[in-house]
Amino acid sequence: MTKMSGAKVLLESLEQQNVDVIFGILGGAILPVYDALCGNKKIRHILCRHEQGAAHAAEGYARASGRVGICMATSGPGATNLVTGIANAYMDSSPIIAITGQVPTTGVNTTYMIGRDAFQEADIIGITTPITKHNYQPRTIAEIQPMVNAAFYIASTGRPGPVLIDLPKNVQSDTAEVEMGITDKIEARGYNPTINPDLAKISEAANLLAKAEKPIILAGGGVIISNASDELMEISDLLMAPVATTLMGKGAFPECHPLSVGCIGMHGNPAANKLMGEADVLLAVGTRFSDRATANTDTFCANAKKIHIDIDAAEIGKNIEVDVPIVGDAKTSMKLLNAALTKKLRKNESSTWTKRVKEAKEQLSPLLKEMPKDLVPKALLTELRRLLPENTIVTTEVGQNQMWSALYFKALKPRTFITSGGLGTMGFGFPAAIGAKVACPDRPVVDIAGDGSFLMTEQELACSIAENIPVTVIVLNNSVLGMVAQWQRMLYKRRYMAVNLGNTPDFVKLAEAYGAQGFRVRSMEEFQKAVKTALNSKVTTVIDVPIGSEQDVVPFVPPGCGLPQQRGDY
Amino acid sequence: MEAGKTKVISVLVENKPGVLHSVANLFRRRNFNIESITVGPTEKKDLARMTITVNEDEKTIEQVIKQLAKLIDILKVEELERGNFVMRELALIKVCVPSPKERSDIINCVDVFRGRIIDVSTDSLTVEITGTPDKIDAFLNLMKTNGVIELARTGITALARGAKSIRIDE
Repeated sequence: MTKMSGAKVLLESLEQQNVDVIFGILGGAILPVYDALCGNKKIRHILCRHEQGAAHAAEGYARASGRVGICMATSGPGATNLVTGIANAYMDSSPIIAITGQVPTTGVNTTYMIGRDAFQEADIIGITTPITKHNYQPRTIAEIQPMVNAAFYIASTGRPGPVLIDLPKNVQSDTAEVEMGITDKIEARGYNPTINPDLAKISEAANLLAKAEKPIILAGGGVIISNASDELMEISDLLMAPVATTLMGKGAFPECHPLSVGCIGMHGNPAANKLMGEADVLLAVGTRFSDRATANTDTFCANAKKIHIDIDAAEIGKNIEVDVPIVGDAKTSMKLLNAALTKKLRKNESSTWTKRVKEAKEQLSPLLKEMPKDLVPKALLTELRRLLPENTIVTTEVGQNQMWSALYFKALKPRTFITSGGLGTMGFGFPAAIGAKVACPDRPVVDIAGDGSFLMTEQELACSIAENIPVTVIVLNNSVLGMVAQWQRMLYKRRYMAVNLGNTPDFVKLAEAYGAQGFRVRSMEEFQKAVKTALNSKVTTVIDVPIGSEQDVVPFVPPGCGLPQQRGDY
Repeated sequence: MEAGKTKVISVLVENKPGVLHSVANLFRRRNFNIESITVGPTEKKDLARMTITVNEDEKTIEQVIKQLAKLIDILKVEELERGNFVMRELALIKVCVPSPKERSDIINCVDVFRGRIIDVSTDSLTVEITGTPDKIDAFLNLMKTNGVIELARTGITALARGAKSIRIDE
């Protein structure tokens, strides 16, 4: 037993979980923790410039590395500023832990303080209940370590997600005799994720797939989370089945592979959307069938028997009725499925279906034959892929920049394409890029941004410069909030309202004001040069790429329609 | 309560602060409709039992149960099988008594329903009735003519019959 402050117990508990970095901003109610951090050699604190940035950075760190990302903020506004980032992590099943300060449980003149609307008090437990996997408020020092351990376990296992720990100030500063053993015991008896699937269901799925003439695989973010890309490759190879992904699954399967057909969805790859409708058996893994992925569910994959593997039982049958439900870990389940299939299959490399896949890709999703001179997204993103090393981590903002990236930027490896899929948070990409760079300092990190999104968290340029975390931001600058402008153009008779951003700010000067490097490019040659310079420089670079303000993301499935009703050419 | 569609879900939860909040929040957030909810301690002091009645279709009930099961502080969730559980609700009903004649009528009625009179004043009686929601509805119907001044119902609490039980064995 040692006498320690709650703050010290918190930090030692984090160290025992191998935490090496915290993204945060301090404030009054979290001061004791920051005081304990002073001089700490094991944990690096990265001072963000807004708590939303800290939460997204923690998520970028988590998604690039597969480890738990940590963000920290003070009570009240500090905590509420984290909320968007926590909600984002919840929707995209990312393991982050948010630590917030809270007003003391007891006050100077009173036996209780929480609940008296104290200065910078917000009920962050109440606020985050629907957007966290779980949250904790330790009221004694003895509770801190068990809660931290449980928080890591809950955040990182099963279907991962954010966990919040709200620490009252007096619990941080008080001292008590504590036992700081590394404990395997997790006090969360109501939490038992299902890892191993029901073998009867695996065999049912194998039978269905073995008989399939036109099988298709849909890989979601769960495949990446579960590190199951090898198993996915094996199963696709066994079945000679094309692999489509959801936006969150992008990178689970190399998009340069002959059997890769790209993302499905409202702005999905036409080959993927078309083939989904032609398949006779669908194997969906680690996806929740979001409305943006399936479009109208009546016509979603309408001719196929459906197999659904997911670790979250509640996702099965939630959005799509399936024929073979399998609750379990994606990797474990696919391993078992591969084993079952190997006994049943003879590989057929020249079936009518594989020919059809090849033909659909060539006809519906043709690659650029020659590089256009104009700065159009398809050309820019195709060229960007060519310029970036394979191990580059790309993040995106939200809107047209994101959908263009999904369509034209080929992700080659898992954890190299990090985007805000579920919540669609503008401003996510840049702080997420900072977090990813901290997790993988030896790899290039590029944020594909729009001008509207980048402005939502651009203040993190200060963080990236001050903390020496060099990333590259490519601003596809169309001077409008492009995606909503596109909707107003297509669905609201061009009645533009509140979408015009004008030509401000000057992104080159903005970058320079922060001490970053800025380029404006007017041609493909200048673009190539700027990207190469950025990759070779040790400072954050903003590349402003002015593009036309009326470019649409096509193809497009209009609201209410199904994937087969997609309009427009790739 | 429409008996046909109502389902009863029995939930064992950690007996600690905030659990009711997360359950109530989940119902609101997922757009499920709670008809009644009762919470109380169980035979183990660290566990509480919630009995929740909902009026939803099969598919929604399945989601309710799966989503509840995901909450970390929930240890067990089960739908009680129709006809295979016992349930009770308690109601306190303050009835208007305009004259002595009505008073004896009400007392007779309370006897028939095996209720108890727990408070008496010159112009009112407070009755305690325990039973199924239908029985309480029936009694309330009879009291309509006299006039109900105040009503408090607990919502139902329930247990599976006989050998079947929803419990945590250490």
